[in-house]
Amino acid sequence: MAELTYREAVADGIAQEMERDPNVVFLGEDIGKAGGVFKATVGLYDQFGPDRVRDTPISEQAILGAAMGAAMTGLKPIAEIMFSDFLAVCWDIVANQIAKSRYMTDGQVNVPLVIRTANGGGARFGAQHSQSVENWSMMIPGLKVVAPSTPRDVKGLLAAAVRDPDPVMFFEQKSLYPVKGEIPDGECIEELGKAKVVREGSDVTIVALAAMVPRAVEAAERLKTEAKISAGVIDLRSLVPLDTQTIFKEVEKTSRLITVEENPRLCGWGAEVSSIVSEELFWNLDMPIIRVTTPHIPLPSADELEDIAIPSVEKIFQTVLRSVD
Amino acid sequence: MSDSNSLVTKEVLGQLYKQMLLIRRFEEKAGQLYGMGLIQGFCHLYIGQEAVVTGMRNASNKEKDSIITSYRDHGHMIAAGMDPGGVMAELLGRSDGYSKGKGGSMHMFSIKNKFYGGHGIVGAQVPIGTGLAFAHKYKSDGGVCITYYGDGAANQGQVYESFNMAALWKLPVVYVIENNRYGMGTSVSRASATQELFSRGSSFGIPGEKVDGMDVLAVIEAGEKALNYAREGNGPIILGMQTYRYRGHSMSDPAQYRTREEVSKVRAERDPIDKLRDYISENNSLTSEEIKGIDTEVKEVISAAANFAQESPRPSLNELYTDVII
Repeated sequence: MAELTYREAVADGIAQEMERDPNVVFLGEDIGKAGGVFKATVGLYDQFGPDRVRDTPISEQAILGAAMGAAMTGLKPIAEIMFSDFLAVCWDIVANQIAKSRYMTDGQVNVPLVIRTANGGGARFGAQHSQSVENWSMMIPGLKVVAPSTPRDVKGLLAAAVRDPDPVMFFEQKSLYPVKGEIPDGECIEELGKAKVVREGSDVTIVALAAMVPRAVEAAERLKTEAKISAGVIDLRSLVPLDTQTIFKEVEKTSRLITVEENPRLCGWGAEVSSIVSEELFWNLDMPIIRVTTPHIPLPSADELEDIAIPSVEKIFQTVLRSVD
Repeated sequence: MSDSNSLVTKEVLGQLYKQMLLIRRFEEKAGQLYGMGLIQGFCHLYIGQEAVVTGMRNASNKEKDSIITSYRDHGHMIAAGMDPGGVMAELLGRSDGYSKGKGGSMHMFSIKNKFYGGHGIVGAQVPIGTGLAFAHKYKSDGGVCITYYGDGAANQGQVYESFNMAALWKLPVVYVIENNRYGMGTSVSRASATQELFSRGSSFGIPGEKVDGMDVLAVIEAGEKALNYAREGNGPIILGMQTYRYRGHSMSDPAQYRTREEVSKVRAERDPIDKLRDYISENNSLTSEEIKGIDTEVKEVISAAANFAQESPRPSLNELYTDVII
């Protein structure tokens, strides 16, 4: 066991895959010599050299075009889009080209690439560098969508994403980069599309993703000590494929579901989870499904404002307390 | 006709003529089947531009070079050696189509023929083609990516991101601009601040050359030079093919933005197939019987392709959910 930060786990995961497979190439802005703007890719340039770890111009369309072209011929590119907000700059390549090629070619073309990106708020970067946009990807058929909450999952899910034959959108939550966690020695790989029950509970189930997972766990701890409410927490880890079976299993036990997402209110991923559970388990439910989300606003920069916008431990705690009565 | 290719053999001249005619007859047939309601959706015909892909194909290394283009792609596929029956079946949405009906006119691929689409979004193939070139270089496989785009796409920002990256990394790519003088319904002169589109790589140090895209021998000559340049590690190069499309942008475009006289004049004076046929006759390369023989053979191939497509079964409804993450 080694203790690594979430950001170190990124470089560790990429290195594991680049050592294993010479077809893995890594490209993005400032990822090489500079080690990444979030220092998540430090050391890779020195270890693997400029041919495999390629600093690119600030040209998101060219980066993803290069990655897709390379992937179609059998390379396994990992492309970094520095901030997930910038996916809007190259969304055509993601939504119209990368996602659809396997289907449109009747399976002749696979696009086995990973798009890594720093997602989410909490760093006071303002509305254009703080969004949680994993729901944008969830809406596009043909993409897998992953968002880890721990260093171990960063490494294990990144490895799985690189080895997957489909394009994978890999959302790293930037406020989690300094968080430490244990990573097993030797090869680390997780399965895509499996949620994890991180805390058992009998009164209510909280489904969360990425940075909302540790907050949900902390809220669950307070609910236990302060209100004698037993709240379970599921870390979704993947939006596509979506592990509905794990959600159903937990909700069947508790009959109450609360989703906690960083997406703005309208069409956040929690709405989809809520819809599925309503259709499948309506008669098991003891209360309406409640979504805790960021309001439907651009994220403000000032700390007081950003902190009340993104779901906090307090907000999760209060929402569960009010609903589970 | 360009006469610097006087060494082109009789056999090659015959092949070029046959190839161009095959594309033209294919497109005429596609237009006919569209009119009969057998082809639905978009259908962008390549009639008039045949010399471009035919010449480039002849100049390329068929084992090594990759090809990518836009939605006006039927000619490129036939030139790449794909089966006209399979292409036609895809246009008709049938199970023997290259994508079993899931791609359609604009989205067909054949990895076997190193044809990487068939892309429906204007300009999107340019960064992807640059990526194919990146893979050629990474694998050191000696291939060059021929990336086609039109005069309309030349005004897309992603083209210039690609130019910069390709020049910076010295990627083996030949950008072929098929300037058919209209981006949908707007002429180049009304859409482009500078009309010398082939010179737009100059800011990136990418050389460009203007080529008579209605003269297949001129295309071959320029294509060979450009492909050698890229293959030898010099980086990207641009060929500006001056060509013309006779039909509308798509089947639903009556092309009222130009005069009939304009189209007739090009057909009469610059038609790439007529020009090659005349050249062949003047040089006694092929007899009129031999030319007639090619005409008949092409007619039969196209007729068979159309029959094959019409007889091909409709796709199984299960195909809706294959080749995608569910």
